[in-house]
Amino acid sequence: MVGLNRRSFLKVTALGTGGVLIGLQLEPEAKAQGRGAPAAPPDPHAYIKVASDGTVTIMAKNPEVGQGIRTMLPMLIAEELDVDWKSVKIEQTDFDDSKYAGQVAGGSTGTPTNWTPMRQVGAAGRAMFITAAAQTWSVPETECTTASGRVLHQSSNRSINYGELASKVATLPAPAPASLKFKDPADYKIIGHSQTGSDVPAIVTGKPIFNIDVTVPGMQYAVFEKCGVFGGKVVSSNIEDIKKLPGVKNAFVIERPDITDAVLPGDPGLENGIAILAETWWHAQSARKQLKVEWNEGPRAQYSSVAYAQKADELSKQAPQRKIREDGDAEGTLKGAAKVVEAAYSYPFIAHAPLEPQNCTANFKDGKVEIWTNSQTPGSGRRLVTSTLGITDKDVTIHMVRGGGGFGRRLNNDYMVEAAYISKQAGVPVKLLWSREDDMTHDYYRPGGFQYLKAGLDASGKVVAWRNHFISYGDGERFVASGAMGPSEFPQRFIPNYTLQSSVMPLGIRTGALRAPSSNAFAFVIQSFIDELAHAAGKDPIEFRLALLDSSAPVPAAQPAAPGGRGGGALGMNAERMKGVTQLVAEKSGWGKKTLPKGTAMGVAFHFSHQGYFAEVAEVSVSPANKVKINKIWVAADVGSQIINPSAADNIVQGGIIDGLSEMMTQEITIEKGRVVQTNYDKHGMVRLAQAPPVIEIHYLKSTYSPTGLGEPALPPALPAVSNAIFSATGKRIRQLPLSKSGFSWA
Amino acid sequence: MAYKLIVNGQTTTVDAPADMPLLWVLRDMLNLRGTKYGCGIGQCGACTVHLNGKPTRSCLTPVSTAANQPIITIEGLSPDGKHPVQIAWEEIDVPQCGYCQAGQIMSAAALLTKTPKPTDKDIDSAMNGNLCRCGTYLRIRAAVHKAAELAGNKAPHKSTGAAVLEEV
Repeated sequence: MVGLNRRSFLKVTALGTGGVLIGLQLEPEAKAQGRGAPAAPPDPHAYIKVASDGTVTIMAKNPEVGQGIRTMLPMLIAEELDVDWKSVKIEQTDFDDSKYAGQVAGGSTGTPTNWTPMRQVGAAGRAMFITAAAQTWSVPETECTTASGRVLHQSSNRSINYGELASKVATLPAPAPASLKFKDPADYKIIGHSQTGSDVPAIVTGKPIFNIDVTVPGMQYAVFEKCGVFGGKVVSSNIEDIKKLPGVKNAFVIERPDITDAVLPGDPGLENGIAILAETWWHAQSARKQLKVEWNEGPRAQYSSVAYAQKADELSKQAPQRKIREDGDAEGTLKGAAKVVEAAYSYPFIAHAPLEPQNCTANFKDGKVEIWTNSQTPGSGRRLVTSTLGITDKDVTIHMVRGGGGFGRRLNNDYMVEAAYISKQAGVPVKLLWSREDDMTHDYYRPGGFQYLKAGLDASGKVVAWRNHFISYGDGERFVASGAMGPSEFPQRFIPNYTLQSSVMPLGIRTGALRAPSSNAFAFVIQSFIDELAHAAGKDPIEFRLALLDSSAPVPAAQPAAPGGRGGGALGMNAERMKGVTQLVAEKSGWGKKTLPKGTAMGVAFHFSHQGYFAEVAEVSVSPANKVKINKIWVAADVGSQIINPSAADNIVQGGIIDGLSEMMTQEITIEKGRVVQTNYDKHGMVRLAQAPPVIEIHYLKSTYSPTGLGEPALPPALPAVSNAIFSATGKRIRQLPLSKSGFSWA
Repeated sequence: MAYKLIVNGQTTTVDAPADMPLLWVLRDMLNLRGTKYGCGIGQCGACTVHLNGKPTRSCLTPVSTAANQPIITIEGLSPDGKHPVQIAWEEIDVPQCGYCQAGQIMSAAALLTKTPKPTDKDIDSAMNGNLCRCGTYLRIRAAVHKAAELAGNKAPHKSTGAAVLEEV
């Protein structure tokens, strides 16, 4: 009853402490703002509640899937509000776009989009307490200061707790943002100091705080059997027998209109299948195992990974279908280059597989639906639900519950609309839970791809031409979701003659954004190929990269809109910042200054994504049997002027790198007859404790830029840093992911 | 079938199919939702509980096998959330999403009962069956060492199932 209790708790708190305050009043203008419209400036009344006993409750508005946002956003508010962190209680809001902007977990946007508005909320709250105290004491506001949740008036030696001012503050209008003054960072007591995740005490004691733990009175447990081939339809089944099995309450077929477009929509939503409802999830799942379905698999059953690879090879030998970018004359320059390097790279589809399987609880009643979800995009989920169920935004209440990982999987809301629809059909509250097998075989996969690269060096070893034939999936001018490469992909702008061309083939499975989308594959390709060029030029890989960063052309005028990779690309990349982290990681790792034993070597890579600058060095040892041991990884990062929560920052940087190592070594989704082959973690391996690098040392290069996010940009350089180190240790250049396909494995 | 379960020191009877995994009995019948479902095939360890003091994957343990034996779940690891492993996990700020951590903690607690001063190698071997999708492994390793240190600094910890745990 996570959600139900929380709602009533709010009321009890308000009544029980007899004070409150910065309550939940709403200005009509704020209500009138449309979906996604920035509620600027944010209303402090919607974020801060101070009880008469001085207890400060700060609302956390964003979805929490492990990125630490539920702790971090309140830290920003609490700092400027000038209260003690230990006196703060954090409460998760519902999804409410009339009150809160940007209730999304994605793209490492939480930090850059909230850094200013959340501090404004806190600073506005503090100003209001000062106003209330000044009025109470009849002194000028300028004579009042604050500390630890109190307003102080030094000359009269008076002080008053925020709690005592709360009822007065509740009646005050929020001050204009322009009148607010932020703290000097040197005075920070919360920001920049490690704070334990706010849910950690509940996590370590097993409190039911995850979405999978939500229960609602009278709810039934649901499973939803879909065809392994996207769009497959039920022809016949033994559903009447299933209804008679122990514990089964209901079962029904769901039929949806065909999707015939060659490029699947980003989130196709509710699909064909059979829903089974039972008294426990196990009863539903056991009944499902008895289910016999004859599917009409449709045209997508023809697809396979083997055929995709064959088609890519064919396409690589033909003229590219389209040109995405052309600077100078790459073809001509290649002809006259002192040295030409050519290589074909590829990477597979991979799954998100967050540890908490997809699930959603929904209660449809009297034309309205109440939803408990761990979605990363509850607003998009609402859109799917309203369009599928034929109801309006105001009929949907969404409770945002902690999610056991996201990694981009929960940017899509198929399981949300399934739960809502099944609840509506069954007329009871429903807890829908996917099995791990459902999750692995019905993901929005990171698209695989192929890149055919050719580059030319002049006599001095400088890169003078770069050509990439990028082969992906799509139709005509369109790429599948997350399957595009943008015209500004690095090293565009750093090489005078640069051509990026593409060809696509039809796909037939769902794709989507996986943590550091496009960057998670492109960094491997680009930073490996640059490493090849450095070796071909006989240059040190770091010196070679620094020289490349020095050769930036002026940023050209924006080109016509073209499909861009999300968050990647060199557009907006500041070469000086990237040089800074590259030099720092060289210094910290002792690059080029150590004598390492045979079979042990270092590799380097950098990548810019989601506004973050990361350079990483890996030291690896490789046995003659290709067993890989990572001895240490050094990280240098520039994500702006401030690391808000250092403990959480280090954790997520280390985690991003380890995530990248899983992608590098073992992860691959393959398709046979239109179906995903890998059904569980045993076939889609993840780094385990014994395989993790023993040390990941992180150095933040504090710059003068506004802080940006850390959820994604640490991941992409990890793969090429390690594979480049393997090359240095063994002479074996790896151009295909995962490494297991080339005979490598963890030591 | 009716089965007698001894969970966190309390005896209770459940009516469940013989092959129903202990995981789902705990979660959906006994409302003990701290034990998590991750894979259902014993690959991830999120469902780890102590059965007779031994770390056990409850997703693969039929209720019929678990009957009449002491079961400790994350909810019963300590009466006050102050088992050395829990304290260490909080001090080191281990979790990211936190979903695997109940299983990690149960594996770590069982390790320390058997091996109070584990080496890195002991930790690698005892904890290798627990996946962390967020990659908090470096902190997990540090927290196990920290817990060992905390446990060594005071009298043996009494958990709800302490008698059972200490016999093993």
